[in-house]
Formats: sequence, structure tokens, C-alpha cells
Amino acid sequence: MSEKVLMKGNEAIAEAAIRAGCRHYFGYPITPQTELAAYMSKRMPKIGGVFLQAESEIAAINMVYGVAGTGKRVMTSSSSPGVSLKQEGISYIAGSDLPALIVNVQRGGPGLGGIQPSQSDYFQATKGGGHGDYHLIVLTPASVQEMADLTGLAFDLADKYRMPAMLLADGTTGQMMEPVALPEEAPVLIDKPWAVTGTGMARRHNIINSLYLQPDELEKMNFARFERYAEVEKNEVRYESFLTEDADIVIVAFGIAARVSKNAVVAARKEGIKAGLIRPITVWPFPKQALSDLANTAKGFISVELSMGQMIEDVRLSIHDRKPVRLCNRAGGMIPSPDEVLAAIRKMQEEV
Amino acid sequence: MYDFKRVSLFCGHYGSGKTNLAVNYAKALRAAGREAALADIDIVNPYFRSKDSEAELRSLGIDVISLPFANTSVDLPSLPSEVYGLVQRRDRFAVLDIGGDDRGALALGRFAPYIAEENDYDMFFVVNFYRPLTRTAAAALDVLREIEAATPLRFTSIINNSNLGEETAPADIEKTFPEAQTLRRLTGLPVAFTSVCETLRGRVTGENLFYISLQKKPF
Repeated sequence: MSEKVLMKGNEAIAEAAIRAGCRHYFGYPITPQTELAAYMSKRMPKIGGVFLQAESEIAAINMVYGVAGTGKRVMTSSSSPGVSLKQEGISYIAGSDLPALIVNVQRGGPGLGGIQPSQSDYFQATKGGGHGDYHLIVLTPASVQEMADLTGLAFDLADKYRMPAMLLADGTTGQMMEPVALPEEAPVLIDKPWAVTGTGMARRHNIINSLYLQPDELEKMNFARFERYAEVEKNEVRYESFLTEDADIVIVAFGIAARVSKNAVVAARKEGIKAGLIRPITVWPFPKQALSDLANTAKGFISVELSMGQMIEDVRLSIHDRKPVRLCNRAGGMIPSPDEVLAAIRKMQEEV
Repeated sequence: MYDFKRVSLFCGHYGSGKTNLAVNYAKALRAAGREAALADIDIVNPYFRSKDSEAELRSLGIDVISLPFANTSVDLPSLPSEVYGLVQRRDRFAVLDIGGDDRGALALGRFAPYIAEENDYDMFFVVNFYRPLTRTAAAALDVLREIEAATPLRFTSIINNSNLGEETAPADIEKTFPEAQTLRRLTGLPVAFTSVCETLRGRVTGENLFYISLQKKPF
């Protein structure tokens, strides 16, 4: 690890991507992720990389599709309305079994919404977003350090499982500044025999495509893809567990909501309430087993979200509704205060 | 006490800490008994604004001029007309928080002739050597030159605002003194201050330390 620097979350993603071997960035500016593109525009020309501000988000994601087919590490970034525009391209990338990184620094919606932080693209990120049966590996950073660390991990996982990965951040983690130890530059070692790199007349040509006109062929591709997804669900679940071992009340929160919740858990413990926190770091795959296990001992769960309640459905499914699950939420760009979360903990303590 | 100029301009690389320094500088002016107003003309980043400190500044008797749509989620880079009055009337001290990099400094253009004519101004180059694109004096110099190319005004001094946020240790600040001196030699500009967070008061050894307070985050 190198010496620490002070970075914005958006910049940390950009620098970490470069150090992970990404030399191709295609984007279009939108608050609150613009610093990521701005950073790339300054750095990429100096290191022989490509920064391209496309004419639209749709163009950018299709440029990502193209480069991904060559096996090079490639990414795009945007914020909620822009990520909606990218969904068709993401579906094509998933349907062609290509690795790529898509960053969503979420803002309040729906529609044009606002520029303040939000987590209301959870469904879009974890349940599809585009058409067809597919998944993204979705990582949710809660600090500037994690913005950097999870960027490298996202590229590695995308390559390993030949599928697109998403960094699901929010306006706060994108904009806030924290000290970060950047990862060392590491060579990309993974072999990509499927990539379109020229045959040299030495092998059959590779084809990057998501079109299968024979239904039995298309079905076979879908089943094979979901076998890979099952491997991801088995191997790549990541979460942080904080004071959950003896917890009566388990908060589930990711990203900035988890940071607020952690403070509330500490405050609740001071009042003698046994609260704990599960912070999913991957929201697909979701830490189902960890929550299911906790449902044996905990009395209730609270899903803390910057949305009208989206992840709460996965929490309920994970524990098969064996225990009550409540929602503590703000929306539209508002962030719950630690006191609001503490109040929700106290209320549940009385009820269960 | 520092020889305050009538107009103080805070420019630098984005994320160098201009807004926080401008807020603290306005408070220092007020504490020294000067009538002061802070104008936020940062057209680059609509996220963190001096308007966030407006209530505190107003309670101290410091006037705050913000962009018409600041903190409303409307991302519209228009400039408040009151800045003309602040620059032209010369009846009180003016602190101007300028947006980051050369693009931010463009907003200064229309006010620059009045500031140059009065010729009673400081234009501070705010630098944090822990920011990734200004890790060295040479890299900081590139940013400084880009900003100067975007405005007819010239920098008058440097503020060393090197920090690692809440994790800053006294030694982290002291380690940047040689880099600040290199920047001084490269530019011929004096280092006006080194900023030090209030919580580190008495623990940093150096000249011209300027103590600042930070806004507390709820997470």
C-alpha cells in the first residue's frame, strides 16, 4: 500500500480503475459523478489510455460493449438517470458474456429527480434493469477507501465470471473526501481466449454476440450463464458484520446508510439495547445466509435505506419472514440521521 | 495580525479546501473587527457550498452571497448580481470563494477588471499536497498556471492547506513544508499561511499557522 492521499470518492474510483489496468473510459457528465470523468480526462492521455466523452450515455455504454469484446478492461460511469439510459447496452454486454464495469453514483429520483444522494436504484441494479435474464455483480462502497478497493475487485470478478459488474455508490460517497491508500498497480493476469483480438490466421475467429435465433440454443446459453451465477452466489458474497452475535435487533444497511446506522448501533448499545449491523458489501449476490442465520437469534430486523424500501424485500426473502422487518428510510436525496435510526431501533425494541 | 486586503480570492485545484478556508478567513476578518461578506461564486461543484455555513456566518454578522440556486438541487451555474456591489462599492471586506481549477476561475472574469483597478486584493492559491493531482510542487504549479491563464488576475500568495481530513496528524502537515517552499521558489509567491485544524492547535511546529474549524459529518 502506498502513502495515503486525500481523495473524493469519485476520484478514488477513477484512480483505482487505472491501477487495475483499465485504459478505456467512456462517459457523459452528470452530477454527482462528474469528477470521475474529469479525473479520467486528465489522467488517461498521460498514460496512453482512452478517455472519451460520448455524445450520450447510450453511445458510451455501447463503446464499453465494443472494447469489452476485445478483452480489455473498460468502464463507464454515470448517475441514476444516465444509468437508466445505459440499460439496453448492459443487457447486451451480459447477453454476450463480457466483463465490464459500470459505476452508478446514485441521485434522487425518479425522473430527473435531484442531485443529492440516494439508493433508489437498488432494484434496477440487483434485479436486472435491462431486459432478459441476467445479473450484475453489484458492490456497494461505504467509504472512499472502499470506492478504491471495490473498483479493483469489481474488475477482477467481472473478468473471472465473464459478466458485467456494477459499483453502486451514492452522491455522498462520490463527493466526500477521505484519506485513502491506493492499491499498487497490478498486471491483469487473467487469460481471455474468447476475446476478439485478431486470429493471426492461427485459430478460428471469436464472435461476440447476444443473438441466438434458435430457441434451444438461446435456452442453453441462459442455463449455462445461470450456472455461472450460482457460482458467484456461492463464492462471492461479501458483507460486514458489526456487533451482531448477541443482537436482538439487526440493522441491514449498505453504503452511506450503513455509516449512519453504525453510529446508531453504538448509541443503542450505550442505552443497553442489543443492536447490530449487517452491511452488505455485495447486494448481488445478497448475504442471504448470514441474515437467515441471524433470524434464529435476533428478534427483529430494520432495513435502513435511502429509498422507499427496496432492499427490504431481499431482507424479508432472506429470512423467509420468520421475524418482523421494519423500514427506516428517507428519500429524494435526504439522509437519515443517526438519531432517526436510533428512534427506529428503540421503537422495535418496544415491539418485539 | 495578517494584513488583510480589501478583496480576498480563494482559488485552487478542486477539492483543495477553498470553501472551508474562505469560511474560516471570513470569520477571522470578523474577529479582527472588519465588516466582511463572503461570496460563493463556485460554479463547478454544486455539492459542498459555503452556504452550508450560512447560518453560522450570519450569526457572526458576516453577510453571505450565494448562487441563486445554491443547495436547491438545481445545477445552474449563474452568478449572483450582488457580487458586483461587493466588488465595486469598496465599503467592506470581500471574501470570494472561487470554483476549482481553471474552469472555476472563469467565473472571476467579469469581476476581475474592478478588482485589478482597485488593486487591493489577495489571490490565494490554495494547495493540499495530499490531493492526488497536486502531490508535488511541480504538479501544483501546473494547476496554478492553468488558473492564471483563465483570469487576468495574478496570484499573490500560497496557502498550504495540506491535510488528510479527520485523520490528519501534526507530522502530516509538517512533512509538506519542503514542498510548499519548493512551490514558493518556483512561483516567487510567499506562503501566506499553513492551515491547521483547531483540534491540532499547539501540536504543529511552523510559521504563520492559521487555525481553522471543520464542519462535522453525521457519518
